[in-house]
Amino acid sequence: MNATHSSSSSGGSGIGSGPLGQGNSPTCYFVIIGTKDNPIYEAEFVSVNTARSSSGGATIPEAKKEEFRHLNQFIAHSALDMVEDLQWSTNQMYLKAIDKFNERFISAYLTAGNIKLLLLHDAKSDDAIRNFFNDCYELYIKTLLNPFYEPNSIISSSAFDTKVRASAKRYL
Amino acid sequence: MSSSASATSRLSVMSMAASLPSVGGYSSAASSIYAKRNTTNILERHLNKTRGTEVSVNAFAFLFSEMLQYTQKRVNGIQDLERKLNELGYRVGIRALDLLVWRDKNSKRETRVLGMLYFIHTTVWKTMFGKQADSLEKSTENEDEYMISDNDPMVSKFISIPKDVSQLNCGAFMAGIVEAIMDGCQFPSRVTAHTVPIDSFPLRTTILIKLDREVLDREEQLK
Repeated sequence: MNATHSSSSSGGSGIGSGPLGQGNSPTCYFVIIGTKDNPIYEAEFVSVNTARSSSGGATIPEAKKEEFRHLNQFIAHSALDMVEDLQWSTNQMYLKAIDKFNERFISAYLTAGNIKLLLLHDAKSDDAIRNFFNDCYELYIKTLLNPFYEPNSIISSSAFDTKVRASAKRYL
Repeated sequence: MSSSASATSRLSVMSMAASLPSVGGYSSAASSIYAKRNTTNILERHLNKTRGTEVSVNAFAFLFSEMLQYTQKRVNGIQDLERKLNELGYRVGIRALDLLVWRDKNSKRETRVLGMLYFIHTTVWKTMFGKQADSLEKSTENEDEYMISDNDPMVSKFISIPKDVSQLNCGAFMAGIVEAIMDGCQFPSRVTAHTVPIDSFPLRTTILIKLDREVLDREEQLK
């Protein structure tokens, strides 16, 4: 049930955990959350460059990974409270790693219009994530400028999806 | 309102569009071969491309007058009309906020009221109307009221208001823009536009921003 849910929301390109069979391939979960705490866009990437070396050994079977995928949503949304706490203490847009869950970090980027970009990832360099967030913010603004796009509604454009994934491949 | 020329002006625009040579090969409706147009995906246009460009006042005045006529047909009452203008301005404001903050590469999010108002007073006005707003004042009577004034608002300049709708203030459009920006930055407030004519500037409009209670409480905490 959660497999169908996540494929319908991430534009159906279904990258998730690739069929590489080489152990714990690290996935990143990216979500854009609107002003009413509603997810506007979600995507999962398999990251190619990670800061830590791949842990040889424990191979998590595919079926179990599917179960973990819906956890990503929960983890990301529970981090929203932390974002709101930090919101007024700084006027930076890029809030670095704000929360940690079981070896995974959650980084956040808060836009001027109070849209939150959250990334659930393993240990990665701040700069890479900052660049990725800047790219995604730019794409979001371009989508927002479309007069037919209702702010706070779901972004279903496949072009947007392609660009986000390309940016993720470049930076993450 | 200029209602006489509305129908004819609309027709003339449409006929002009039909007679313009079409771009890139759509010669007739019957042509079924789609010559590839120079269409750029909106996601590929650079955001700074239109940064310094200006739109002519004529084009804006025309567009605004058409917007007014369009809304006038669909409302009953002046309050409703002002509310509709406010909504139109709101849509502009949401987009303007993110775009302007992004373009000003070194700017951060605004967390304080004064910073926010200053941003509206300078950057937003400069981008929209080519000049800064004329004054930014804090009301002495109420803690939560601020006023931004414009001596010669572009929206009202070309609109002639007949006597029976003399209550109408086209500044409601500007008020909508400001309200969207305040809302977007999490400073919910009620924004209204009032005309306060003085001798040299008969069209002087003041935008009154009344902040909600929670904004003031938060300001107190942040001090």
